[in-house]
Amino acid sequence: MAKYRGNVEAVRGLVRETEVHRDLYVDQELFELEMEHLFANTWVYVGHDSQVPNAGDYYGTTVGTQPVLMVRNGNGDVNVLYNRCPHKGVRVTTEPCGNAGKFFRCPYHAWSFKLDGSLLAIPLKKGYENTGFETSHAAEGLAKVRHVKNYRGFVFAKLNDAGLGFEEFFGDSLSSFDNMIDRSPVGRLQVAGGVLRYMHNCNWKMLVENQTDTCHPMVAHESSAGTASEVWKNAPPGTKKPMAVEIFLPFMSPYEFFEGMGIRVWPNGHGHTGVSHSIHSDYSAIPGYFDQMTAAYGENRAKAILDENRHNTVYFPNIMIKGPIQLLRNFIPIAADKTLVESWTFRLVDAPDMLLERTLMYNRLINAPTSVVGHDDLEMYERAQEGLRCNGNEWVNVQRLYDPAEEADATVVTNGTTEWQMRNQFRAWSKFMTMSM
Amino acid sequence: MTVHVPVLTGAPTDQQLIDFVVREARMIDQQRFEEWLELYTDDAYYWMPLEWGQTDPKLTCSLMYEDKLLLKIRVERLKGNRTFSQKPKSRCHHVLQVPQVDRRDEAANEYVTWTPMHYVETRFDDQKLYAAWATHTLTVIDGQIRIKLKRVDLVNCEAAFGNIQLFM
Ligand code: FES
Ligand SMILES: [Fe+2]
Repeated sequence: MAKYRGNVEAVRGLVRETEVHRDLYVDQELFELEMEHLFANTWVYVGHDSQVPNAGDYYGTTVGTQPVLMVRNGNGDVNVLYNRCPHKGVRVTTEPCGNAGKFFRCPYHAWSFKLDGSLLAIPLKKGYENTGFETSHAAEGLAKVRHVKNYRGFVFAKLNDAGLGFEEFFGDSLSSFDNMIDRSPVGRLQVAGGVLRYMHNCNWKMLVENQTDTCHPMVAHESSAGTASEVWKNAPPGTKKPMAVEIFLPFMSPYEFFEGMGIRVWPNGHGHTGVSHSIHSDYSAIPGYFDQMTAAYGENRAKAILDENRHNTVYFPNIMIKGPIQLLRNFIPIAADKTLVESWTFRLVDAPDMLLERTLMYNRLINAPTSVVGHDDLEMYERAQEGLRCNGNEWVNVQRLYDPAEEADATVVTNGTTEWQMRNQFRAWSKFMTMSM
Repeated sequence: MTVHVPVLTGAPTDQQLIDFVVREARMIDQQRFEEWLELYTDDAYYWMPLEWGQTDPKLTCSLMYEDKLLLKIRVERLKGNRTFSQKPKSRCHHVLQVPQVDRRDEAANEYVTWTPMHYVETRFDDQKLYAAWATHTLTVIDGQIRIKLKRVDLVNCEAAFGNIQLFM
């Protein structure tokens, strides 16, 4: 029997002020409701438009669990289409990404579709004459996702008509995207270096919460970053600190460092760590880069852009970006206990290669299935996924630095170890989950 | 059981190169990681590409592209008391095809071998099978064969993997 379908009150009851019910992580029915409601009423990341630079280029991905295609049109626009032939349902594209030419052609019976999804031709068309085909679902071609927004290259889609407009949904949180993009002297990013794909046997929300969990690095990552620090201590005196060591060591910063860095929350579940400084603050300067930035923006503006060291910005529901190193992680839900994590990296157009090299080193040291830091985190998620089956306690605690006067959908800067941003995500979860129920 | 490795007086024979590659895999399987690290030259790299036929380890991402410092961090971490992803510990098992000597350049003191393999990594109830090709770039230092570069190309390098915690 359905426990949550058609029962808004039961769904609302899962999120309390300072705790959330374990069914948010383990219940498959709730997962399916998330796909129908939460991932349809919110703006979900699809891809970057540099993945489809030319007319006819496509890239296949998912929004929630819905298969979609991001396509570059003849007129330069980017469309998002459901990747399903209107005839018998076959996936239309044959490769994960590629170029369709002037039209898509279904590999099963060769129906063809324009790049905007509309039906172009059907072989032996006369078989449909006088059948009322014009009014069929099939005649509409590939179904189009109606709400698509390309924000400075980053493409988002909202599947339902319900929900908020793009600007209202993201509001000031877009400043983190702006900062990441402005770090290119020409204000443009390009997907580069390949994508790391890492399968997690845990719920997608554990990963999203972890992005602003500043009380775990010095504990869970003692094994990796702590060992790196010990091994580095034995290097011969005078050895230049390698890039890898610069990346590892800040994970071992003390609590005060994380408390002081600050967390900013925004309405609708967005927020970021690293208001005043972050683990990315003390990386070595890359020769030539500041001069390029000064030439492009003037010294003051260049300084302002580069002094921003936001750590992790969470865009609710399921991505995180790191502006200072041009990295985006997409936590793709597959099942209540299964999440595919894709970590994407970007080149700052017209900036030195060394920046991309460092970003890629960060990605492989921290986000790869072969990464020791990744091993530390995944171990915790999988233990939680298992532990949450316990009936002795059905609630997950998110109480750190809770203030009863705390308001939903506020914009606030506060202590960097607060769990306010997690509470912010759960309030947004409840809001967008139930608004179309 | 350790194996006595003779000091070479001249260039290694093909058979000596082959024996070396087989012994390297055995050291990993027996988790003699400190000895294993000694098989690598100080400027060595262990490379596991992310892309099929990858040529660039720096501006294209890899699963691993690690110098000796990073390898040492891994080896130390595996022993750590608070290395929770190794409680319980992983074990591994290599099955190698006979390595082929692809290139011998005695003047440059450089030899390249190619070894198809199956690699199994286990942890408690979990067991995963990987298929790969290992390419070793070898050299001789003080009469001992040493690794300058070990490149491991997974057959399904772009697949979404779970944790891979030991060495292929
Ligand atoms: S299923 Fe696509 S043309 Fe028939
Ligand atoms: Fe972590």
